[in-house]
Amino acid sequence: MMGINPMIFKIVGIVFFIVLAPFIGGFLEGLDRKISARMQGRVGPPIRQPFYDVRKLLSKEKIFVNKAQGFLLASYLVLMVFSGAMLFGGYDILLCVFVLSTAAAFLYFAASVTSSPYSSIGATRELIQMMAYEPAVLLTCVGFYLVRGSFNVQTIVQGPIATILYLPGFFVAFVFIMTIKMRKSPFDISTSHHMHQEIVKGITTDMGARNMAIFQITEWYENVFLLGIVAMFFLNKNPWSLLAAIIAILVVYFIEIVIDNTNARITADHMLKLTWIVTGVTAGLNLVVLMLIRLF
Amino acid sequence: MQVVPFLICFPMVIALLMFIIRADKVRNVIAYLGAVITMALVGLLVVQWIQGGCAAMDLYVETEIVDHIILVGDLIVMVVILIYCIKYRRFLISLLSIVPTIIVAYVELAGPKMTPMAHIHVDHLSILMCLIVAVVGGLIIIYSMGYMKGYHEHHKDVQDRRHYFFMVEFLFTGAMMGFVMTDSLFWLILFWEITSLSSFLLISYTRTEEAMTNAFRALWMNLVGGVALSIGVVLMAMATAYPSLQGLIWMGQMDGGQSVITLTIAFMAFASLTKSAQMPFSTWLMGAMVAPTPSSALLHSATMVKAGIYILFRLAPAMSGTATGHMIAIIGGFTFFTASVMAISQTDAKKVLALSTISNLGLMVACAGVGQPEAIWAGIFLMIFHAVSKSLLFLDVGATENSTHSRDIESFHGLLYRAPKLAIYMFIGIVGMFLAPFGMLISKWAALRAVIDGNNLLLIIFIVFGSATTAFYWTKWLGKLISQPYRDADVSKKINDVTKGDENISIGIHAVLMVALCVLFPVLSIFFVDPLLVEQFGQATQALPTGLLYILIFTVCLVFLVPFIARSAGKNTDKSMKMSYMNGINTGANTEFVDALGNPKQLELANSYFVNAAGLKRWMAPCQMIALVVLIIMMSIVLGGVV
Amino acid sequence: MGKVAKSPWIMHYDASSCNGCDIEVLACLTPVYDAERFGVINCGDPFQADILLITGGVNKQNAPIVKQLYDQMAEPKVVCAIGVCACTGGIFKECYNILGGVDTVIPVDVYIPGCAARPQAILDGVVKAVGIFQQKADEMDKNKKMKPAPQAAPVEEKAEEAAEPVVQAAEPVAEAAEAVEEKAVEAGKEVVAND
Repeated sequence: MMGINPMIFKIVGIVFFIVLAPFIGGFLEGLDRKISARMQGRVGPPIRQPFYDVRKLLSKEKIFVNKAQGFLLASYLVLMVFSGAMLFGGYDILLCVFVLSTAAAFLYFAASVTSSPYSSIGATRELIQMMAYEPAVLLTCVGFYLVRGSFNVQTIVQGPIATILYLPGFFVAFVFIMTIKMRKSPFDISTSHHMHQEIVKGITTDMGARNMAIFQITEWYENVFLLGIVAMFFLNKNPWSLLAAIIAILVVYFIEIVIDNTNARITADHMLKLTWIVTGVTAGLNLVVLMLIRLF
Repeated sequence: MQVVPFLICFPMVIALLMFIIRADKVRNVIAYLGAVITMALVGLLVVQWIQGGCAAMDLYVETEIVDHIILVGDLIVMVVILIYCIKYRRFLISLLSIVPTIIVAYVELAGPKMTPMAHIHVDHLSILMCLIVAVVGGLIIIYSMGYMKGYHEHHKDVQDRRHYFFMVEFLFTGAMMGFVMTDSLFWLILFWEITSLSSFLLISYTRTEEAMTNAFRALWMNLVGGVALSIGVVLMAMATAYPSLQGLIWMGQMDGGQSVITLTIAFMAFASLTKSAQMPFSTWLMGAMVAPTPSSALLHSATMVKAGIYILFRLAPAMSGTATGHMIAIIGGFTFFTASVMAISQTDAKKVLALSTISNLGLMVACAGVGQPEAIWAGIFLMIFHAVSKSLLFLDVGATENSTHSRDIESFHGLLYRAPKLAIYMFIGIVGMFLAPFGMLISKWAALRAVIDGNNLLLIIFIVFGSATTAFYWTKWLGKLISQPYRDADVSKKINDVTKGDENISIGIHAVLMVALCVLFPVLSIFFVDPLLVEQFGQATQALPTGLLYILIFTVCLVFLVPFIARSAGKNTDKSMKMSYMNGINTGANTEFVDALGNPKQLELANSYFVNAAGLKRWMAPCQMIALVVLIIMMSIVLGGVV
Repeated sequence: MGKVAKSPWIMHYDASSCNGCDIEVLACLTPVYDAERFGVINCGDPFQADILLITGGVNKQNAPIVKQLYDQMAEPKVVCAIGVCACTGGIFKECYNILGGVDTVIPVDVYIPGCAARPQAILDGVVKAVGIFQQKADEMDKNKKMKPAPQAAPVEEKAEEAAEPVVQAAEPVAEAAEAVEEKAVEAGKEVVAND
């Protein structure tokens, strides 16, 4: 790996993300639905089902409630792809996270622009979710910086040993908030994926056909982005760490599925409190330990 | 360099004219000219300074007569405060003015003979502050001409004392100019007291009971800062006979936290906390909201609160790593987080702006406390962006209030369709404040990095949680602006936009400035802020890596291009418009539904405010207590280290 | 254009049914019948739904709601009338407030009789609806290629056409089912055998 221009790695990473992330995200979602079905004693849909869904959504008549919806969602998608491409291209992780939260703000705008009751409630809840997970995401970046002395993703993944050894608390906090970001059950309060709940489809209520497809694809990008951060906890100089990272990703995803299937949804306030406490305790304690190591 | 004293005196002369001339039209013309000339003078100063190679200039060593004038000025300010205190029976407050003034006067007249020193020091930081004061402050003055006219049309019960209002505004501008350029600590005290006094005068403009209470609160809090400042200055003058700000910084960097210099720095830092409304002293800035909007803008965004920040940035090299630095950083971080939590619970736009100002100032204070060049880089940018965007927001909220008769954020629903111009300005202001890739974000990035490098654990936690809450209240507000309005009629029948010409000019320039800053900020960083840091710290640190710069530029392009492309691409495809989902009982207008009796019912949406969990009542008093305790403990540590 | 039939998302609406059919509809989504293996998702949101499962005879109060929900669905869309009430008005046919069948309000593609309709019949009906859904999608695709989308005729007209009372129901269910079949044959629509 020595003689190759690092620029090539960057380009490969970016292209990999932009082209393959939706397929990986979709495939993982298909797997998710299959495993969930099996957990419930059902056969479940085929693994390619998410792709069928998106293909259908794209082929339907284009409908919208407000003209601005389309371009706000497009901004959401583009910013999400951009922040992911930055991550996989090995750029600054803190900036990726900032762009990510800007993307999320655009989703909020897309939902609140219609002034419709259900999507507005969903949007407000999405905002509370953002407030809940933001500290943990930023703290994760801080953790990486403390261990590797840089926010640069390329530097972080090329350290001597896996960062998870230094950052177990951060890892727990991050996996915890991934449940929110991936819209899994106890915290699936802004979209309510599972049928017939009090806010219909929450933030996506007024999105149909192509808009819904854009939302879906963006979710896949986002999931891959998050799993990429999970991988960063494991990657190091050793090429075998890639295998460890992939295994870790699958394990984390499986844990999320189990959580999804074994928990009832909780209220937004409860989620906020719980998330902040968990973040404060796990990541906070880890931070204290790291600081002490640095000082002495 | 005759322009420097002229720059300080000219606004004061205009202030006098404002007070004398009672004819509206004449006064407006003069005020206009005054604001524009002040800007031009600063421009001249900048040109001269650039011709001098952008080097720091030390001027006016022999100033005995002026020293006496300054002393007389001190006494005049004291007398004015005394008169107000007696008139409104706030005797204790007058002590806060009398005692320090007398001590300062005594030291100056009977104390040790002072070493000759330059009294004016113009460098990058001063130039930056002058620009902010002249441009933003000047624009606010221009705005207030239109605004105050409208204000008195709405508020018949308030006595029309515009001459007085404009006088204070110009007086204040002059004092700020002096404040940021002087190097003599005795002069500094006078300008400090004038700013405190003029904030009192502006807040008490309406003379209602509430206004007077709040004005006196602002006065005593600022005077406490003045007392601390005076003690610090007097201590230093007695010990070294060299009351120079530059000297203070230089000596502060030399000594190991064991001498009177450390004490002076600690007292001055404490004073800055009061001026920039940090935690135990935040309430004065909240109370200042009763004043007419231009004065809130002037006090909050452009100038007054920046005076404290300015002193802290100056002292930063001397404070870095000391107990004082830690105190400042902790208080700043604490304020950043708690004020942003409280901002969540507010529906009043001006209150949100006030709390977010306190919160952002907290971040700047924290940057100053960390004291590394990188942190100051972040702090300087925060200050520039904050000055322009906050001023823009305040002025725009004021204009919106005059048009819609409400400043409740909930009533801004669909403002983009009802009063597009005002809403777009508001949008620019808010987006510049917090959304990637604009403005403050990159500062936050640098701040976070500097804080981690400084091993400041608490501060990391504060910034991380604070930025989450900050995003919450801003995003909420933005969402309200762009939502589809309630009634179709609202769209066709727009709000009667009564914004006056002066106001439009001022807000428009602000918006242009804001956008220009967002676009040009790399240029600003390379050509201005980096040299500033070299001047202050003697070393250059490129806080902004080039790679990052490209990414940011790319993001800016994306954010602007995507809507454009999406819109033009969407034009040719056939789409069909649907009603929004309301369980099938949408009456067709997307704003009404059929109720149980079969009648149409208006839909109303409200944001989430966590009134109980994040309310002022629940947070303010405990936070003040905590901050006060921390402040006392830290000050004791500093004192203990010296004594 | 690809096959849309693999992803039929449904929405279920109760237009004044006795709830018998609704319980059966929900039963279809339980693990026992597992409708998701066909890609069916009960999304409850007209913007995302492809197939509207509707029960009950539609009364005067909810007729505009049914119409609005139908309007909010994106083309191509399919409607399944579930249970004899939804098909013809059933036992409530003569009630003062019942319009008598879903097709008095919106065009229906699949009639699934029964009182209540059994899950097997419902699933069978949904599968038939999926076929129609694919067919409509293909047609839309073809139209798009030929000329700029001629929109489907406004709902009101269609509803009027179908609004003529074909059968005087309120008789035993078996007869009603026959009537349904007759009516559907006339209209060239699908009917699900109810064994």
